[in-house]
Amino acid sequence: MRIPCPYCGERDAHEFAYLGDATLTRPDPAAEDAEARFHDYVYLRDNPAGAHVEWWYHANGCRQWLKVERDTRTHAIAAARAAREADTPAGDAA
Amino acid sequence: MSRAQRNRLEAGGLVDRSQVLDFSFDGKRYRGHAGDTLASALLANGVRLVGRSFKYHRPRGIFSAGAEEPSALVELRDGGRREPNTRATVAELYDGLEATSQNRWPSLGLDVLSMNRLVAPFLGAGFYYKTFMWPAKAWEKLYEPFIRRAAGLGRAAEGTDPDHYEKATTFCDVLVIGAGPAGLMAALAAGRTGARVILADEDFLPGGRLNAEVHEIGGQQGAAYAAHVAAELASLPNVRVMTRTTVFGVYDGGTYGALEKVNDHLRVPSPFQPRHRFWRIVARRAVLAAGATERPIVFGGNDRPGVMLAGAVGTYVQRFAVRPGRHVALFANNDAAWRGMLAAQAAGANVEAIVDVRGDVASVLTEAAKAKDIRVFTGARVIATHGKKLRTIDVASAERGHERLYIDTLAVSGGWSPAVHLTCHHGGRPVWNEAVAAFVPGATPPGLSVAGAANGSFALGAILKEGAQQGAEAAEALGFPVPPLDVPHTSEESTALQPFWHVADSKGAAFVDLQNDVTAKDVGIAHREGFRSVEHLKRYTTLGMATDQGRTSNVTGLAIMAELTGASIAETGTTIFRPPYTPVSLGALAGHHRGKDFRPVRLTPTHEWAAKLGAVFVETGPWLRAQYFPRKGEKDWLETVTREVKAVRSSVGLIDVSTFGKIDLQGPDVGTFLDRVYINTFSTLAVGKARYGVMLREDGMVMDDGTTARLAPEHYVMTTTTANAAKVYQHLEFCLQVLWPELDVSLASVSEHWAQIAIAGPVARTVLSRVVDKDVDVSDAALPFMGAIEGTVMGGVKARLFRLSFSGELGYEIAVPARQGAKLAQALMEAGHEYGITPYGTEALGVMRIEKGHVSGNELSGQTTAGDLGLGRMASPKKDYIGRVMAGRAGLIDPDRPSLVGFKPADRTKRLRAGAHFLGLGAPADMAHDEGYMTSVAYSPHLGHWIGLGLLKGGAKRVGDRVRAYDPVRGEEFELEVCAPGFIDPQGERLRG
Ligand SMILES: [Zn+2]
Repeated sequence: MRIPCPYCGERDAHEFAYLGDATLTRPDPAAEDAEARFHDYVYLRDNPAGAHVEWWYHANGCRQWLKVERDTRTHAIAAARAAREADTPAGDAA
Repeated sequence: MSRAQRNRLEAGGLVDRSQVLDFSFDGKRYRGHAGDTLASALLANGVRLVGRSFKYHRPRGIFSAGAEEPSALVELRDGGRREPNTRATVAELYDGLEATSQNRWPSLGLDVLSMNRLVAPFLGAGFYYKTFMWPAKAWEKLYEPFIRRAAGLGRAAEGTDPDHYEKATTFCDVLVIGAGPAGLMAALAAGRTGARVILADEDFLPGGRLNAEVHEIGGQQGAAYAAHVAAELASLPNVRVMTRTTVFGVYDGGTYGALEKVNDHLRVPSPFQPRHRFWRIVARRAVLAAGATERPIVFGGNDRPGVMLAGAVGTYVQRFAVRPGRHVALFANNDAAWRGMLAAQAAGANVEAIVDVRGDVASVLTEAAKAKDIRVFTGARVIATHGKKLRTIDVASAERGHERLYIDTLAVSGGWSPAVHLTCHHGGRPVWNEAVAAFVPGATPPGLSVAGAANGSFALGAILKEGAQQGAEAAEALGFPVPPLDVPHTSEESTALQPFWHVADSKGAAFVDLQNDVTAKDVGIAHREGFRSVEHLKRYTTLGMATDQGRTSNVTGLAIMAELTGASIAETGTTIFRPPYTPVSLGALAGHHRGKDFRPVRLTPTHEWAAKLGAVFVETGPWLRAQYFPRKGEKDWLETVTREVKAVRSSVGLIDVSTFGKIDLQGPDVGTFLDRVYINTFSTLAVGKARYGVMLREDGMVMDDGTTARLAPEHYVMTTTTANAAKVYQHLEFCLQVLWPELDVSLASVSEHWAQIAIAGPVARTVLSRVVDKDVDVSDAALPFMGAIEGTVMGGVKARLFRLSFSGELGYEIAVPARQGAKLAQALMEAGHEYGITPYGTEALGVMRIEKGHVSGNELSGQTTAGDLGLGRMASPKKDYIGRVMAGRAGLIDPDRPSLVGFKPADRTKRLRAGAHFLGLGAPADMAHDEGYMTSVAYSPHLGHWIGLGLLKGGAKRVGDRVRAYDPVRGEEFELEVCAPGFIDPQGERLRG
């Protein structure tokens, strides 16, 4: 598998470390039900067959965390953006 | 030409007759030529019996001339280089080659276990499941050893492989897989556009079928044309031709795996050359031109040495100038096989008969055969064969009834199966094409197209066109301008074929899978027992599951199953293929990563210095660290370590602590950031001070610990444990980039930039004061406990001085640029000489931290909370931090959780053992009564007996209790006293001294 790093270009997946679901948001620790929310944040994961947005860390490269859209069935990568720019429109960095 | 090569034709072939190569098979010496394979050289010398079959130990010969070979498997080389199950048909001959036959005892000619044939009824389909089902105990003791001895194939290598293997990655625009006519044209068409092209072929000679058949292409002989194209390709700077290279797998993103057999064609690899090279080829486009594999017709006695694929007979005659036998017949169902046989006849093979299942064969073929005195049997079939090695065949036809022919070589052709394997590697399923009676590629991996015989195009003219077209299209799709390419002219050829699989009325065992000894009858049994799915058929009969992966048997087995069920082949299904296409050596997969080179070894800046002092080193993660420094006369490590500890506690010692992770943090928000990743507060830390910190994972468990110092208002430097250095850095980057991108903080890993040496002991300050430069004040006032200052040492060397202590003594850590580390160690040795300064290793460090009650890797197990480790009070209640919420879960704050305490043996002479479990006095030794376990132990020179740290249910409130240490692994059980974790100087007076 090859991941198009916005800084380094397309690189082999061996250079990256994987963290999983990138759609989760760290809950508000001050919330009333913070413990339940953190429980879901830490432990609950979907396992979709198809499009998946996930964190990859370019450990042997620029050391940037990337938000990668990958199809779990084909490993086709639709987009990869740096975490800090992850809210910009999709596809521009791929 | 050697006289001994009695089956070598007088002329022709692509072998170099000027080069005579000596080789041996089963100890007998023979000669062949450069350009031979082991199989062609054996045939040239009249050797036809080369192995025994897997299950029944039937005599077997050479069946094919390529990678599909099911029978001619031999052992090559010996000792650490021994290589079992090598296909003689693709093993390139070299001078001094030594091969032995497999699966026979005591010899190939006389094989005792061939009596397996007598018990064949018991070894049929499903015998693994049926015959040996009961009693289960007998498997281990009786059945399996018998089956292993009786049915084992080759022997594995003995000893370490002395050769080197390497891995490499390369990139191209167009990868062409296969250098037959389609591949050559594809590479030429793409190469002429200027695209970067790689042409890979498993053979050592490009050309594929052009070297094995007789054709005229654009006025040139086929093999000459192949050489001509290969030469042009070699002259193009943008084209790389990789022979002896098998592309074995298609991976994601246009990545292809390939194995280059760099030195298999030599007895021993050339100096500084690897045996094999594992290639990762990243290609923007690929053209698969892997050709096709001929399939046999199944009939009784079709496994005798002398029965051979028709294309193989043609290959041996045309390419190797070898007559596979004296009296040749053909049994076929297609026109191509006739042409091959007529050409073989013209080249000097003695073809005596052609048997075709078709009643109606083109007269141009039958007339040509008859003109050469070849007897023609149409509407006919081979119903039996005889001889240990083939001597006669029985032919039956409506026209002539039964007839016996004296034949020693029977060429068989049931048509061709495209080599679709790589198209399946992304889940594509081949589809049955009725027109060519073959499975052709279905969906292909992204970026890969298929050309030529691999695509079901069997006529040479069409193959050349398709290759050129696919090559050009691949380049064009990448934006390369495509110049016109004239595809050379070749004569039309008929590919007429009538599907025919199995001579149902033949006599004797009719083998579908020659390598796994699966017969047509086994397929029938599987069918009768209700197996309909192809995948079930495979597993039940083991059809196609041997090392050849059913190259010559899958389609035939499927077709026989279809005949039995009355369904069409398309309805019956298909088998798909997974990587690798052909076996890949484990050595190549490992590359240089084996033994001591499994991963890089990291040496500390003082490694050489420590080695000179006689240090014993220990692996800690990737690092080699000095474990202890034995002196002459010390009887064991314990004596050495005890001396080192005593020296530190009474005077001074030094240790390299450079392996700790070091992270430089700068920016206005570092304090805020650290407050969020540590459980304790760092924003309030004064400049010039350091603080011990603990960080959690988000699930509330401790991730790591270490000290972090503030060197300037916006500049901190963090240390992590050796083991977690990379993990912590990655975590911090995640927090910054993903969780809190609004924080203005920059991180840099500086672990390698700084050498860090700790000195500890009552006179540490005196020693330190002798290495720092004059203007650096290290007095207690200027550099108090937990102080951190910058300065210079050894006459201008930049340094950071931290007053820290892991040992519990007055201690400092001195960081200097990495390459000054050894010099610093030496300077400290000289400065402390009069105090007997003692270098110590990780063992003594461990003893002192246990004496002091500090936690380390054994306690930071990923299953402990800060509270478990007695560090709960460090957590600031005034802020949020990673892991805070989850650490507050009821189960993690339960006061009964196992938590850190110290232990002493009630009988002070007992030695404690890490891993021992705790049980209440008198409690039964079972999981229900388990109260935790010992994490770390040491012999305390200070106390004069063994001490331990462990996680005990109830923790601190158990101090003063007695429990049992229960160690069933070592068979030990004795009483312990529970004490506070801290066996020396609990008030910390020494380190503040
Ligand atoms: Zn990168």
